[in-house]
Amino acid sequence: MMPGLLGIEALSREEIEAILTRAKDFQPLQNHAFKRLDTLKGRMIVNLFFEASTRTRTSFEIAAKRLGADAISISAAGSSVSKGESLVDTLNTLAAMRPNAIVMRHSASGAPHFLSRYLPIPIINAGDGTHEHPTQALLDARTILDYRQSLEDLRVAIIGDIAHSRVARSNIFLLSKFKAEIVLCGPPPLLPPELVEMAPGVRLTPNIREAIRAVDVIMMLRVQLERQHEACFPASEYFQFYGLRLEHLELAKPNAIVMHPGPINRGREIASEVADSQSSVILNQVENGVAVRMAVLERILG
Amino acid sequence: MKRLVIKNGRVIDPATRRDEIADVAIEEGRIATVGKDLETIGAEIFDATGLVVAPGFIDMHVHFREPGFEHAETIETGSRAAAAGGFTSVCPMPNTIPVNDNAAVTRYIIERAKHFALTNVFPVGAITKNSEGVELAAIGSMKEAGAVAISDDGRPVMNARVMRRAMETARAFDLPVIDHCEDLNLSAGGDMHEGSVSTRLGLRGIPSCSEDVMVARNILLAEFTKTKFHVAHVSSRRSVELIAEAKRRGLPVTCEATPHHIALCDDDMPPYDSDFKMKPPLRSRTDVAGVVDGIVSGLVDAIATDHAPHPGSEKMQEFEKCPFGVIGLETALGIALQVLYHSGKVPLARMVELFTAAPARILGLDRGTLAPGSPGDVTIFDTEHRWTYDVNRSNSKSKNSPFHGRTFRGGPTATIVNGVFVWRRE
Repeated sequence: MMPGLLGIEALSREEIEAILTRAKDFQPLQNHAFKRLDTLKGRMIVNLFFEASTRTRTSFEIAAKRLGADAISISAAGSSVSKGESLVDTLNTLAAMRPNAIVMRHSASGAPHFLSRYLPIPIINAGDGTHEHPTQALLDARTILDYRQSLEDLRVAIIGDIAHSRVARSNIFLLSKFKAEIVLCGPPPLLPPELVEMAPGVRLTPNIREAIRAVDVIMMLRVQLERQHEACFPASEYFQFYGLRLEHLELAKPNAIVMHPGPINRGREIASEVADSQSSVILNQVENGVAVRMAVLERILG
Repeated sequence: MKRLVIKNGRVIDPATRRDEIADVAIEEGRIATVGKDLETIGAEIFDATGLVVAPGFIDMHVHFREPGFEHAETIETGSRAAAAGGFTSVCPMPNTIPVNDNAAVTRYIIERAKHFALTNVFPVGAITKNSEGVELAAIGSMKEAGAVAISDDGRPVMNARVMRRAMETARAFDLPVIDHCEDLNLSAGGDMHEGSVSTRLGLRGIPSCSEDVMVARNILLAEFTKTKFHVAHVSSRRSVELIAEAKRRGLPVTCEATPHHIALCDDDMPPYDSDFKMKPPLRSRTDVAGVVDGIVSGLVDAIATDHAPHPGSEKMQEFEKCPFGVIGLETALGIALQVLYHSGKVPLARMVELFTAAPARILGLDRGTLAPGSPGDVTIFDTEHRWTYDVNRSNSKSKNSPFHGRTFRGGPTATIVNGVFVWRRE
């Protein structure tokens, strides 16, 4: 049993494999008429989202319910946070109602890590600032494994605003544990050189064609305008230099897959034709979100 | 006549180049004699056998939060922490409410200190009104009221023209200009040193170049205006090099380093622990080595703590929301002994100079020496005693220290201000 899930960085390869294997068991449930198990019957999970989210929040809620747990979702707007209560006090208040776990998303990097020092209940990080988004990396890995035998020795390109991306960080940590080769690509101001020190097997290039050459997986990132405090790259030419277009796919391996954590901005970081192409597995990612989060919740609360 | 004789200590007085076993006699609050076997009849005696007897330590960079933020620290509690750290004189920075930008506030601080402080208090006045970086503060009258330097610490003067005028004015009143060197555009939004740790943690970075460009700018302005300029809390290797170049060219440029910047690097921070968040931030291992090398080679003039108290309520938040600053008065000597002396990098006399003669020289204080006739400020410390810092027992009102739980070898034994014991180790 894990104490919670704050990030991928601290997870062992074995723990990751166990979650991915278990998630595979949950995949067929999606197609059953009756989808509810009672593994976590009587458990209560609080989803606390201080940042807007549709897919992650819904997916956690569905995952909890399919396992038979009670799930309550709270968004920061309208909560006591908007009345000036500190984060610690808000969490302590919720913890006093004795939920079995808190799933939280927060705009501050490290917010769940900070809280976990003071709270006696497991915290599941559903995205903290520009730091980590562990369940996203897990569902991405699950999705890759639906198309590839193994994560070992894969070549993966991650393209976009790497500096501000928690999805990129969690994926770098995860893929590196499986010795994948990771090529990070984006405009130089969004591609700090220190990224290569994050994990073994990481290299950088500002050139999208070079990044995509002979890769198995292309992960596109959303241009995160809300996380940039300045203009790091001229928006008018972003698509021209960093948008994924059909012509790029020829550079990748023949059966390469295209991923995106969503929500996608068609015509900004990804061409519509690519998003809707045979190579795109974007909706598979969403589908796997439920199975992976079920595996995570079961592992922490089961 | 009140006479105190400190017997048999290792008397280290860098200003008079003394380093020998001797006695120090203090009469009527002033150093009377230093020598062997001094007369003790009718005198109070302190046996300093096995201890170091040094001039009273001067911390030229503290924040005592009074007036305005008395919930974080007061002149009284701050001076208690200072005394417990072996400091006999402190220089509170002007970022109070109201800002110390005129003689009335300067006098208020000095008046409060007279009544409540255990140590001497020499205020630093602001460079600009309300430290807004626009209009010059009342620099001349603050000097007359007792300010020993000017600085807009924490709110660096971004406008080079304003800094030029400030330097010219400071020169007229023979005041050093102290600057917290930070280009606010380059550092904007940053929470820790920009490097591999900030990248891994997803925290916005404060690049070392944000410090370097301001050090460079200010050196050029100091050269142009022929004004004494002091770099507060130098933290980057490149800045040390810039200061070295300025000194080689004979410019009146000095600098200080803090204990935390010589003891800790960015990688030492437990993830998102706000007790390790300050400005300038803990930098890379290379930068730390650069600052320590600067101390060893004599380029770094002084050690100053930048003691910056913040109450727990402010530090117990999301990392990005927490204010910058850590307390440091009580751990400064322990850190200096560990990083500089016990490591074999710096002789004890040089370490003492960093706390005494050097800051006195920079600020033009008639202290920092045991020369007969000087004020009777003495710091007695030992180099071997092992002790563990418990921040919850700190004399400071605030508990934001990155050194909680650290074990030290050596530290203050007693602190004497103007001939009177203000603190003794229990």
